[in-house]
Amino acid sequence: MIYRETGQFKISYAADQAIFPIRQDLIGMLLILAVAFIGIPLLATDYFYLAILIPFLILSLAAIGLNLLTGYCGQLSLGTGAFMSVGAYAAYNLAIRVPDLNLLVIFLMAGGIAALVGVVFGLPSLRIKGFYLAVATLAAQFFIDWVFLRIKWFTNYTPSGSVSAPALDIFGYVFATPRQHYLFVLVIVVIMALVAKNLVRGRIGRAWMAVRDMDIAAEIIGIPLLRTKLLAFAVSSFYAGIAGALWAFVYLGSWEPYAFGIDRSFQILFMIIIGGLGSILGCFLGAFFISIVPILLNQVPAALGVPISTATASHLEYMIFGALIIFFLIVEPHGFARLWQIGKEKLRLWPFPH
Amino acid sequence: MLSVFAQIYEQPGFFVEVVLGGLMAGVLYALVALGFVLIFKASGVFNFAQGAMVLFAALSLVRLMEVMPFWAAFLASCAIMVALAFAIERLVLRPLVNQEGIVLFMATLGIAFFLDGFGQTIWGSEVYTLELGVPKDPVFILESVFEGGVLVNQLDIFAAVVAGALVVVLALFFQKTKIGLALRAVADDHQAAQSIGVPLNYIWLIVWSVAGIVALVAGMVWGAKLGVQFSLALVALKALPVLILGGFTSVPGAIVGGLIIGVGEKIAEVYFGSQIGGGIENWFAYVLALVFLLFRPQGLFGEKIIERV
Repeated sequence: MIYRETGQFKISYAADQAIFPIRQDLIGMLLILAVAFIGIPLLATDYFYLAILIPFLILSLAAIGLNLLTGYCGQLSLGTGAFMSVGAYAAYNLAIRVPDLNLLVIFLMAGGIAALVGVVFGLPSLRIKGFYLAVATLAAQFFIDWVFLRIKWFTNYTPSGSVSAPALDIFGYVFATPRQHYLFVLVIVVIMALVAKNLVRGRIGRAWMAVRDMDIAAEIIGIPLLRTKLLAFAVSSFYAGIAGALWAFVYLGSWEPYAFGIDRSFQILFMIIIGGLGSILGCFLGAFFISIVPILLNQVPAALGVPISTATASHLEYMIFGALIIFFLIVEPHGFARLWQIGKEKLRLWPFPH
Repeated sequence: MLSVFAQIYEQPGFFVEVVLGGLMAGVLYALVALGFVLIFKASGVFNFAQGAMVLFAALSLVRLMEVMPFWAAFLASCAIMVALAFAIERLVLRPLVNQEGIVLFMATLGIAFFLDGFGQTIWGSEVYTLELGVPKDPVFILESVFEGGVLVNQLDIFAAVVAGALVVVLALFFQKTKIGLALRAVADDHQAAQSIGVPLNYIWLIVWSVAGIVALVAGMVWGAKLGVQFSLALVALKALPVLILGGFTSVPGAIVGGLIIGVGEKIAEVYFGSQIGGGIENWFAYVLALVFLLFRPQGLFGEKIIERV
C-alpha cells in the first residue's frame, strides 16, 4: 500500500521516460539527497566523515565505474585499483607540473587519462572472454602497480615513493575541514551517479546490456562490438580514475602505490556483487556494506571487552568477512539491489494480504 | 638488446642455469595451477581460494609436524583437506548450485578470506620453517659440458620429482580408475553425466578433496622453499597467468604453461629486468600470457569455445 503506483498516469512521453517514473521513488530520492546535503552536515562528527562517509562515497563512485563495465557490459575486470591509481597519479602530476590549473579540470583530465589507459587494457576483451579476461585485467593491475613503484618520474622522484596531494583549492576557496571535503565529494558523486544512471537508460546502456547478454547476438543486430566494449572500458576507467583522484586527494592526502593494490580491486568487485550487478543503487548499498563491516568488526572485540591481540582480531575479521560474503551470496546471489526490488514488490500490498 | 644475445652466447652455462631455474619455478607454478584446473574442469568454478588452500594445508602440515612424524602429519593434513572439501561442498557449493560463474567465483573469494583468517587463527601466523629432510645446498652439475658447471638447488630437483610423481599419479587416477572415469564424464558434460547416474555432489567432493591434496603438496614444496607464511596465499596470483596460458580446462596445459611462464619469467628477469628498473616478475608473466592469448584466445590447450546465437 505504501509503494503503490495506482493513479499515477503518465500522459506524456517525458513523464514515461522520467528517471524516477514512480512518485514514491522520486520522493524517496529527494529525501535521501536532503539528508545527505542538509541532515548529515548538521549532525555528523569529524570521525564519522573521515572514517565512514568520505570513503563510502568515493568507493561507491569506483563501484559505479566497475558496475558499468562488469554489471552492464559483462566484462569482468580485476583492474579497478589500477585505474584508480592512474587517476590519482595523473591528478598528482598535473597538479604539480602544470601551474594554476583548476582542480576540477585536473580531476576531469585525470579521469580522461585513466579512460585512455582503460581502453588500452580493454583491447584484449575483443579476443578473450569471461575469466580469461578477468585474469588479463590482472595484468593491468600488476603492470600499473609496477609502473608507479619503479618509474620515479611519476612520483616526482620522492625517495620513499610516497607523494602528497596539494590543498583542495577551487576558485580560491580551500576545502579544508572534513565537512567541506564530504560536501565536495558528495556533489561529484551525485552528479556522476546521475550521469551513469542516464547513461545506462539510454542507447549506450542498452548496447552494453545487449553485449553482456550475448555478444554475438548483439553484433548481429548491428551493435559494433569494438566500439561498445571499448566505450565501456573507457567510461568505467573514467569513473575509476576520478574515484582514484578523489581517494588520493580528499581521503588519503598522501599515499603510495600500495593504496591502489589488488586488494582494492577485489574490494570494489565485492561491492558490486554484494550490492547487485547491473544496478546503480546496488553500488551504493554494496559500498556501504563492504566499507562499514570491517569498521564494525573492528569495534566488536573492544565493545565486548574481550582481550584478544590485534593479529587475532584481524584474522577473525577476515574469517567473519569471508563468511558474511558467502552467506549473502547464498541468501541472495543477485545482491542487495534485488532484495530491495523484492521489498518494493511486497510493499505494494503490505499490510493488506491482497 | 643485442648485448643480451651476445651474453647468452658467451656464457651458455649461465643461460642453461637460468633456464633450469625457470623450469623449476615453473614446476611449482604448475603445481598450484593444477589445483585450479581440476576444480574448473569438474565444476566450472573458478576457484580463487586455491592459494588460501595452499597456505592452509602448509600451515596444517608444519604445525602437525611439531607433534608427530612427517608421514602421520601428512596423512592428517590430507584428512583435514578432505574435511575442508566436504565443508565447502556442503556449505557453499550446494546452496549455490546453478548460479552464474561470477557468483561462484565470488563465493570462492569469500572462502579464500575465510581460510586465510581461519588458518592463521588456529595455526598461528608466524613464519614456520618446513624441514623435509632434503638438503638445500646448491650443487654443480654438467661440469663436463659447460665451463664451471651449472648451479642447481637440490630442493628444486626434489620439487620437480614430487611434481612429476603427482602428475603421474593424477593421470593414472583419472585414466585408470572408475572414479576417474566419472570425473572425466562430469568434466565433459554435467547433465549427461548426471543422467547416466554419476552423483554430482559426490564428484565435487572428490574433486575438491583432490585439489586440496594437490594444494597440500604444493604448500609442502613451496613451504620448504620459502618458509610457511602468509605470502604462500599469494602464490595463487602467480598461477593465474599459467592458467590463461595453458587453458583453464587442461591438465597438460597447466604443466606446459607453468614451464613456459617459469622460464620466460626467469629469462626476462635476469637478462632484461635490470635494464628497465627491476622487479618485473610481478607482471611479466601476465604480459607473456596476454601475448599468447592474442593468438590463441582459449589458451594453448583450452577447448575451443564455439558459440551459437
